[in-house]
Amino acid sequence: MRSVVAAAIGLASIAAATVASAEPPAGAAACSGCHPSAARGPSPVTRLAGRDRAEIIKAMQDFRSGARAGTVMDRIAKGFTDAEIQAIAAWYAAQR
Amino acid sequence: MKPTRRHFLELGVAATAAAALTPRRARAQAAGPRVVVVGGGFAGASCARALRQADARIAVTLVEPNATFTACPFSNAVIGGLRELSAQQFTYERIAADGITLARTSATAVDAPAKSVTLADGAKLSYDRLVLAPGIDIRWGALQGYDEAAAGQMPHAWRAGEQTLLLRRQLEAMDDGGLVVISAPANPFRCPPGPYERASLIAHFLKTKKPKSKLIVLDAKDAFSKQRLFQAAWAELYPGLLEWVPLSKGGNVTSVDAATRTLMTDFGKHQAKVANVIPPQKAGRIAEVAGVADRSGWCPIDPATFESKLQAGIHVIGDAAIAGAMPKSAFAANSQAKVCAAAVATLLAGGTPSVPKLINTCYSLVAPDYGITVAGVYQPTGGQLADVPGAGGVSPSDAPRETRKAEAVLAEAWFRTITTEAFG
Repeated sequence: MRSVVAAAIGLASIAAATVASAEPPAGAAACSGCHPSAARGPSPVTRLAGRDRAEIIKAMQDFRSGARAGTVMDRIAKGFTDAEIQAIAAWYAAQR
Repeated sequence: MKPTRRHFLELGVAATAAAALTPRRARAQAAGPRVVVVGGGFAGASCARALRQADARIAVTLVEPNATFTACPFSNAVIGGLRELSAQQFTYERIAADGITLARTSATAVDAPAKSVTLADGAKLSYDRLVLAPGIDIRWGALQGYDEAAAGQMPHAWRAGEQTLLLRRQLEAMDDGGLVVISAPANPFRCPPGPYERASLIAHFLKTKKPKSKLIVLDAKDAFSKQRLFQAAWAELYPGLLEWVPLSKGGNVTSVDAATRTLMTDFGKHQAKVANVIPPQKAGRIAEVAGVADRSGWCPIDPATFESKLQAGIHVIGDAAIAGAMPKSAFAANSQAKVCAAAVATLLAGGTPSVPKLINTCYSLVAPDYGITVAGVYQPTGGQLADVPGAGGVSPSDAPRETRKAEAVLAEAWFRTITTEAFG
């Protein structure tokens, strides 16, 4: 009986890990409030989907440090750690 | 038996045991879990679409009685004569095309233990998870003299549509030299910078069309969002035209008389040619009916999942929610909607939702070519959504005119993007 329960918990953990990894990384979903996800005509705000991962990381780090001027991105980038920036960049780079 | 075959059988037995332990969840997932979203504004519409994107097996029903949604952000530009109301209006076809079922009616009751929503025609919708995004309702009578009838004389225009056009018509009809009064409420209320953007764009209208007129803002508060930026811009753009009266200088309106458009304060009275009363507010009524609103009239929630602290299985997002440091804004509503959708999809699959971060950015126009922002990044801290230290803040006070123009352009771009996110 114990091995059955243990196996059931094991299955549930695998299921949970699989589903949790399908969630966007922390903060990523909020970006599309300003950065358009749909390709629909020109926008002064750059699209993030399919962008080069390293480019996104550098842009966020430069906004955060002040190396790159932004109207609002400096204030937003300061809210994210390197690990979070890397996860967000990888997630957007992987999208069409 | 060989070890591999025994292992395979054990897994099979475990899977059956797991299903036997949670038969109802397994059946719901086999049929596709059902989520009902009540309210088709920025939060509800965004959440419905995000749920479908998170997991196409989720059956989503959006309950919204209006065929057209009229957006509040930028409605101050309509009031100021700079924009038409049609630019604010959105319909639900593209939401339906996402495979979301539209229930074009109101929700009138929620039975949380039975997991069922009752609609205005008596029909019932069963759900596995419920998301309430009812926006705000006006607290009629909380300001003495300000009932629903009074709004026909002294519009609030704090729910966009007919009220927006009423206030605009009153301003257009006013003779030059008239007094316009705006009454701004105490916290919390929908859109903290909103009354001050409205004052700015009405001042812009008066300066352009009726320059002998005056505008007074009577405030129940001594401080407001982006205050230094607004006041510096007012001194530059609308000197002598716009006066802000804080609480400590007699700004708190204690009663109103709609027939004469008079606003009473502790220090005296102001009779206006045009009066815009922005009254006390609360969560949309279905929240109270569902038992998710507390005595403040707003809805306490878990900061990672937006699940109600008062009723299990019901999530509350957007203006109706008590979201800690996050303001009641369309940007925040959309950010919360996407986090909530991801959490609900994970919960329906039996998983543990991740810890989110959320963002808000509020754009305000002080003039058509002069924009300012306040931004914030938020994370769950000690049971609430709190500011991430060192992040966020307002536009620089010493920014050049080019930056103000850039923020005005970005404000319009934001509106196009956020409405596409929500309505497709």
